[in-house]
Amino acid sequence: MTDQAYNFAYLDEQTKRMIRRAILKGLAVPGYQVPFASREMPMPYGWGTGGVQVSAAVMTTDDCFKVIDQGADDTTNAVSIRSFFKRTAGVKATTRTAEASIIQTRHRIPEDALTESQILVYQVPIPEPLRFLEPRESETRKMHSLEEYGLMHVKLYEDISRHGHIATSYAYPVKVEGRYVMDPSPIPKFDNPKLGDCPAIQLFGAGREQRIYALPPYTQVISLDFEDHPFDPSKADHACGLCGAEHSYLDEVIIDDAGGRMFVCSDTDFCRSRQEDGHKGKDAA
Amino acid sequence: MTDHALLSVRGVSKRYGRHIGCADVSFGLYPGEVMGIVGESGSGKSTLLNCMAGHLTPDAGEVFFDTAVDGPRDTLRMSEPERRMLSRTDWAFVHQHARDGLRMGVSAGGNVGERLMAVGARNYGVIRDSAEDWLERVEIDKSRIDDRPTAFSGGMQQRLQIARNLVTGPRLVFMDEPTGGLDVSVQARLLDLLRSLVRDMGLSAVVVTHDLAVVRLLANRLMVMKSGQVVESGLTDQVLDDPQHAYTQLLVSSILQV
Repeated sequence: MTDQAYNFAYLDEQTKRMIRRAILKGLAVPGYQVPFASREMPMPYGWGTGGVQVSAAVMTTDDCFKVIDQGADDTTNAVSIRSFFKRTAGVKATTRTAEASIIQTRHRIPEDALTESQILVYQVPIPEPLRFLEPRESETRKMHSLEEYGLMHVKLYEDISRHGHIATSYAYPVKVEGRYVMDPSPIPKFDNPKLGDCPAIQLFGAGREQRIYALPPYTQVISLDFEDHPFDPSKADHACGLCGAEHSYLDEVIIDDAGGRMFVCSDTDFCRSRQEDGHKGKDAA
Repeated sequence: MTDHALLSVRGVSKRYGRHIGCADVSFGLYPGEVMGIVGESGSGKSTLLNCMAGHLTPDAGEVFFDTAVDGPRDTLRMSEPERRMLSRTDWAFVHQHARDGLRMGVSAGGNVGERLMAVGARNYGVIRDSAEDWLERVEIDKSRIDDRPTAFSGGMQQRLQIARNLVTGPRLVFMDEPTGGLDVSVQARLLDLLRSLVRDMGLSAVVVTHDLAVVRLLANRLMVMKSGQVVESGLTDQVLDDPQHAYTQLLVSSILQV
């Protein structure tokens, strides 16, 4: 089969229409999970089938595409999705956040501030923030429609009673525009403050669970907390070993079997551009 | 009639296809009063309770509740958000099986705190304090606050369920066989506890049971149901000591005297 046998950006036009309708509905009702007829994609569930479908539906020939996986541009997931769209859509691909017009991401928001001309597409494994406490879909839908979100705080209560602080460190629940409680996908809670008031459009696609939801630009997003245990977007208390950045989200990397470790920016593009600008961390060669 | 009654039920009927769940039941419940409903299995007492508590929609009838804000309202014609709000503030529902009423994956403190958080409590310290307070009131050791209900005995689970329900200070409690499945000594303690809570908090309650000892201890008034119909009602002692209807006589005489 030649590449020409694919429609632009893989999905057929009817599917794109269906997904775009879901996206528009999601943008109109920020934080609301819109059901959509998720298609089989040529990759396993859990590898970003939802994100890929959303990206394919919003992609145009002029777009410049970037994929990050846990902040990195060079992991299997990121590389294969990037090459998938290079082949099936022929769009330009980049690793530079500032150059990209569509950024598909798994578990991170780029460190660089996003702009109004960008779309951020999240891969979401479990879109329902109430799922672990209430297994019935019929019941969680009712809870969303009636704004009964006490249960979300029960989860945070359990965290504090067990660990002394809110130990949820990723997929930290947020409330959108004072209405829907939303799972921001498993991004670290360090990234939560970047969700709100963001100039870029943020789209969330869950392929297996068949849900799309969205945050339009400049939406109010508030992380849930208790009065006496306020939300804390924590990170490792170090500077990046390669670029010396103090305020980026860090990965801890084990470097030998003698307990040696270093902390590096999880956003590889951010780290590299800082190094190119001459910043140097303590572990840089 | 609705002027003073906390709950007034008029002509409630529920059918399951050709079978009658309960037929044309009417009564009034006054503040501070405990109403017992007894009858054999399948007599419609749980159907009636679920209809009153909004878990089932009856085919006919009205259930007026004297709400704190708006006065008497027909709960069956309320919007669902209103009814659900009522069921976590002014109402409480104690299930027969504690597992139905508890979140088994959540600690005891979380279980008690859930209703508080559902009505907007957002201060961890305050929630925790009232959870501790309520565990003590139902005779569960404070040190068990972070244990899950799965680690509790049946009697403790039932008491935890009661604490979880009463924490928001409801005015009306629905109880479905609160002592079912517990051994007799645990039953006795639970009844003791319920009786003192009802008295101290001035609660009104509707207790469904097949155990006449439970109603003898708890209930002021009694309704006897058979085949979906109320066959006899009156003061508890009067009904139990001088049963008029043949079925009530049978029921009273079936108690095993030890």
